[in-house]
Amino acid sequence: MATSEKGIVRMKGIHISFPGVKALEDVDFTLKKGEIHALLGENGAGKSTLIKVLTGVEHQSKGTIEIDGKEISIKSPQHAQALGISTVYQEVNLCPNLTVAENIMIGRAPMKLGSIDWAATDDQANRLLKELDVHIDVTQTLGSYSVAIQQMAAIARALEISSARILILDEPTSSLTTHETEQLFSVMRKLRSEGMAIIFITHFLDQVYEIADRITVLRNGRLVGTYDTASMPRLELIAKMIGRTLTELDDMSKLKLESGKLIRGEALLKAKDLGQTGSIEPFDLELHAGEVVGLAGLLGSGRTEMAQLLFGVEKPDSGSITMDGATVESFSPLESIERGVALCPEDRKAAGILGDLTVRENIILALQASRGWIKYLSSSEQNEIADKYIKILNIVTPSSNQLVKNLSGGNQQKVILARWLATNPRLLIMDEPTRGIDVGTKAEIQKLVLSLAEEGKSCMFISSELEEVLRTSHRIVVLRNKEKVTEFSGEVAERKIMQLMAGSE
Amino acid sequence: MRQPKSAFDWRRVTESRLFFPIVALALVLLFDLIFVRGFFAIEAREGNLYGNVIDILRSGSTVILLALGMTLVIATGGVDLSVGAVMAIAASIAALMMNPYVMAKELPENLQKLVGDPNFTYAPLWAVLMVTLIVSAFCGLWNGLLVAYGKIQPMVGTLILMIAGRGIAQLITNGIRIQIFYEPYAFIGNGWVILPFPLYIVILVFTLLWLFTRKTSIGLFIESVGVNARSSFFSGIDEKKIKLLAYTLCGLFAGMAGVLASANIKTSDANNIGWALELDAILAVVIGGTLMSGGRFSLLASVIGALVMQATTTSMYAIGVPANAVLAVKGVVVILVLLLYSEQARNLLRRIAVQQKEA
Repeated sequence: MATSEKGIVRMKGIHISFPGVKALEDVDFTLKKGEIHALLGENGAGKSTLIKVLTGVEHQSKGTIEIDGKEISIKSPQHAQALGISTVYQEVNLCPNLTVAENIMIGRAPMKLGSIDWAATDDQANRLLKELDVHIDVTQTLGSYSVAIQQMAAIARALEISSARILILDEPTSSLTTHETEQLFSVMRKLRSEGMAIIFITHFLDQVYEIADRITVLRNGRLVGTYDTASMPRLELIAKMIGRTLTELDDMSKLKLESGKLIRGEALLKAKDLGQTGSIEPFDLELHAGEVVGLAGLLGSGRTEMAQLLFGVEKPDSGSITMDGATVESFSPLESIERGVALCPEDRKAAGILGDLTVRENIILALQASRGWIKYLSSSEQNEIADKYIKILNIVTPSSNQLVKNLSGGNQQKVILARWLATNPRLLIMDEPTRGIDVGTKAEIQKLVLSLAEEGKSCMFISSELEEVLRTSHRIVVLRNKEKVTEFSGEVAERKIMQLMAGSE
Repeated sequence: MRQPKSAFDWRRVTESRLFFPIVALALVLLFDLIFVRGFFAIEAREGNLYGNVIDILRSGSTVILLALGMTLVIATGGVDLSVGAVMAIAASIAALMMNPYVMAKELPENLQKLVGDPNFTYAPLWAVLMVTLIVSAFCGLWNGLLVAYGKIQPMVGTLILMIAGRGIAQLITNGIRIQIFYEPYAFIGNGWVILPFPLYIVILVFTLLWLFTRKTSIGLFIESVGVNARSSFFSGIDEKKIKLLAYTLCGLFAGMAGVLASANIKTSDANNIGWALELDAILAVVIGGTLMSGGRFSLLASVIGALVMQATTTSMYAIGVPANAVLAVKGVVVILVLLLYSEQARNLLRRIAVQQKEA
């Protein structure tokens, strides 16, 4: 634990504002040597901004930063690295078409005779990954591995900075499996015992309680407080994060029961023997109006592939889809939208948001695509639609003309949801809509899903968090190894589903 | 939290897309004001206006047309290197259709008289223009097919036609430079109706294109494909068709530029028409503030960018820089403009804006 009471980082009275938003106001933050410090808060609470100040990406307009008792102005990310501050960002920010070793060692590769010593580079990358208990071929391109492996590579890269004394992990676990998370935690514990100060940002409270020594909570850009994990009950912590109590969650189970009564017998969409070689084995599935169907499965179990087949991103090579009694003949997102099917994709950054377009344009895009190019929504219609969904979904943005890339992750996710709600779909498929999103927004989205079902829409809900799937779904489809294993309706024990997902009955 | 409305919001001016292109143009013109005597003089002869400024507009019309098409292509995240070659193809086709007899080795006397007759054309003007423009649009379509459906990198895909295009143009005219005598065609490039005739074409094309992209959702679709093609596809936009459209229009406008250029010099010179103009067009778009990676575009800003390129050329000639050195000077101007656009320059302006507000 902490060897000295003096923090190695001491941030005082940090202020920063972006166009139209006060991102941080008078925030204090202290990080001690050899501690794991969880930074918690809802989306837009200012966690990422605080990290950006510490890593030299943004510069505070007021306030001071002391490192080892010396006041320092962090000028740039390079400067932060030189000070021993190393970061793994929320979204994997590596180059998928370079090899794993290149990604880990880029910019710091060992040199021999004026050129890069590739053998040594690969060796070093290998050694770093082994420390993380990851055994892969580092000479393969990064893109050929799963998101989880890519995340591990990003962490290895951050660790590679031998002088690193402060390690910042911004949601490192959001795409990791339980086993991988355990691996990461053991590495974190080892680093802590070596005196590394670690800032850990996450939305998984279990993990906070498992590993963090102290917790700092931010809300709406202000400091709520810093607490010792041991003396902080979980419910109180949640209340501090979202600034209200969790009666909403109780409301939800009631809502689920009520909306369950409205499920209609006739299937809205019927998939028969639908499959695509190599991505998902043929499966049968019926989706009904008024029903939430949850997909439970591990990363890579075929959840996303199933969603993409149903939406027509991918074309099936076996089986058929029937909708409204008619067999679907051709598959494309546009035709799906016209049939009333919508898909919120898993990868928000790559397939969801359009960062350089405004919130308004992002919201109307799918609706406009289905209207075709001539029937262009007038600017007043566009504003009306955008404002409507900004209000319904509680999207925090200074105006609908803000560029989406300036919004926090949770708000970006809401913008994508708004894009699909604006098309008034009959079937809404949501692939990990709550990934990387704070507790409050998660609850909002879960509630939204149930109220959509109550309105008579059919919803498909995919999430890595089983508890969330159980809470929102009327029926649960279990997937394993790119195959539909079984489905349940009604109450099911979480344990049983987990066993099926893991394949150990 | 809206910005308070003041009578003159300096910030809104500097953040406008048109601000930097206009500043760049103003700087070039300021140079002329100081160093070239009588640069801005405009003279009226027989009811028509002449002068350096008019000349910039007239000579610039080719690059403006190219820049308009190039803007759409760049906005989708691509680039079209073949526009200069397409200009040459267009010129060759037009010249051949008006005067195919020059290809014959021996002509009967009655036909020989026709060659060189300013009132003679083999095919009627409307047919000449239609065939020329349709072929040009097909050239663009070809590029679009390679890039959108063949998934070839735009720079490589359009390089094919850039190189092959001049060869094709040579083949069409059998390597002969066909002189153009037909007056009505020449009028398109060098006629005047108070202002130079090409200017009217540019205004018409610009207006139609603006309406097409901004009064329909095409502009939004192009931008969204340029920002993130995969997200656009997931949102139901057929990104391939959008790219195909952009390249086809780019080819069409290159054909128009080829007509203007050949009408102006009254010959189909497959070796020289449109030579290196693709680079001017790309630079015009860059000066207009459209990112090479695609996304947001402004047609008006690209037009101003094209005028910056043309004003630089005209100014260099006006102060007597030799033709060979003009290219080097253009390079320097482009560097200066890009420096002006840099984040540092923008920050400086922002600071000035804040001081203005506080004052």
